[in-house]
Amino acid sequence: MRGEMAAFILLAAVTVIPAIVVVTSRNIVRAALSLVPTFLGVSGLYVLLQAEFVTAIQVLIYAGAITVLILFVIMLTAGGTGLPVRQVNEQVPLGILVAGALAGGLLFVLLRAPWPMVSGEMPRYNARAIGTALLTNYALVFEVTSLVLLVSLIGAIIIARREGS
Amino acid sequence: MQLGLSHFLALSALLFSIGLYGVLTRRNAVAILMGIELMLNAANVNLVAFNRYVSPGVMPGQVFALVVITLAACEAAVGLALVMAAYRSLETVHVDEINLLKW
Amino acid sequence: MSWALEILKASLYAVIVFTFAAVFAAMLGVYLERKISGWIQARVGPKHVGPQGILQTVADTIKLLQKENIVPRNADFLVFSTAPLIVTVAALLGYVVIPWGKLGDWILIVRDLNIGVLYFAAVSSLIVIGILTGGWSSNNKYALLGGLRSASQLISYELPLGFAIISVAMMAGSLSTVDIVNAQRDVWFVFKQPLAFLIFLIAAAAETNRIPFDLPEAESELVAGYFAEYTGMRFALFQLGEYAEMLAMAAMTTVLFLGGWRGPWLPPILWFFIKTYAVVFFFMWVRWTYPRLRIDQLLNLSWKVLLPLGLLNILGTGLVVTLAR
Repeated sequence: MRGEMAAFILLAAVTVIPAIVVVTSRNIVRAALSLVPTFLGVSGLYVLLQAEFVTAIQVLIYAGAITVLILFVIMLTAGGTGLPVRQVNEQVPLGILVAGALAGGLLFVLLRAPWPMVSGEMPRYNARAIGTALLTNYALVFEVTSLVLLVSLIGAIIIARREGS
Repeated sequence: MQLGLSHFLALSALLFSIGLYGVLTRRNAVAILMGIELMLNAANVNLVAFNRYVSPGVMPGQVFALVVITLAACEAAVGLALVMAAYRSLETVHVDEINLLKW
Repeated sequence: MSWALEILKASLYAVIVFTFAAVFAAMLGVYLERKISGWIQARVGPKHVGPQGILQTVADTIKLLQKENIVPRNADFLVFSTAPLIVTVAALLGYVVIPWGKLGDWILIVRDLNIGVLYFAAVSSLIVIGILTGGWSSNNKYALLGGLRSASQLISYELPLGFAIISVAMMAGSLSTVDIVNAQRDVWFVFKQPLAFLIFLIAAAAETNRIPFDLPEAESELVAGYFAEYTGMRFALFQLGEYAEMLAMAAMTTVLFLGGWRGPWLPPILWFFIKTYAVVFFFMWVRWTYPRLRIDQLLNLSWKVLLPLGLLNILGTGLVVTLAR
């Protein structure tokens, strides 16, 4: 059990410290790169929670695709020069206040609420259970998600396309 | 101390607040999207943690985590396309300079 | 204290995989590449160091280790020095789920994950981050162009790669690499899934940035692409990552389509390496025979040919699997 705790502390550090870099770094490329350890740390947390399939999807989509997309756009726009530009607006004190208050409130509520905990094991073979759930109980969710995916695919192409080409 | 639900909830609360701070204070539209991604990740940690500790054996949390990841990918694609389109016509990605509707 | 033991075991595995398996495999890969290219171009290739030049890459590595590490002016030093590590580590992470063979009942695999092939696809998608950051942090326009080309190429070819893996996983009914090899007891999947095999080979060649898909490092246009500014050990790490990734892709082809370690008479490990190096040889053969594609041809091939084919293949596989049940 102590091993799990040690792993959690390590993963929490790997998740939170780069996340702070993401929101505070002055260099936008470094901020985007710091997303990678954050996403990998979160995927490590999923391993701790015995959600292997979600782990793989997290690494594949977040770390492998979304980060690359973000980096790509940064490098295609003016942010890619790496020159120090003012990255924050005038709301920094307010932002700290709101984020701090939210963190405090959330921690206060979440840690005091009595959750209906059930002890039990997750299914051994995760992917099959998820597939079955997706195509039986959550079929509607699955279909709607695929529709959203299609719409956003077409939308992104149309928005990003140069006019007249 | 045994690892439990509360640890994951605390971590995800922290991650969510960090993401919110990024969304509130950043000027660059891409950086705002990065903050949103952090917040979505925090929500996902919650979903999977609740799945593990509150309803092990069935999969609603993980299924919805997958849905959230999919929607995050959609959101990133459309959002970044918008950033590119804005950059092309206004030559800036800073949201406080994109204020054509504020006249 | 079982977890401390686990960590110790993991580090030990990492050291063994990194120093011996990967470095040796990469050196052998470079040597083979030079020999095969020489043979195809009617030259002799390396000849002087060791018998038949077999120690040439060892000499080259020692030379690279002694070279100065140059960091370009105004380059982002932290990112610049991390990028080669990302590429190498991401390439080597895939080795965890590859079953190298069988000794008696003991399968030679670091860990038989139940999401094996998905894990492989996930970690190999991390390579592009290293390439992109290496290209950006060099503060060089050719490097940046190489990095951007690489990003678009790798993202485009990840999808067909994933589709090919999915059709195989559907046939085997599992994502674990060991189960997939065991499912090929009677017939190799290359015969049941010829289309997926083709898609996987093309996508694997593109994922490893090899001709005809080597646009990110096209020598004649971009000097050397994303690692134009790298010298010494960091350059060697990029090379190591590239060859390690090629071997990993070849090994994965073997696992997914060529029956893994299965084969008559010879010991399983030998079979595995024969098949893997046959695929490696195929990659090299293609590299030294075909010209390079243009970037629009490259992206069209992925999005307009391989992607629909992969989807149709999944549809057909699903139909067959359901009807055969």
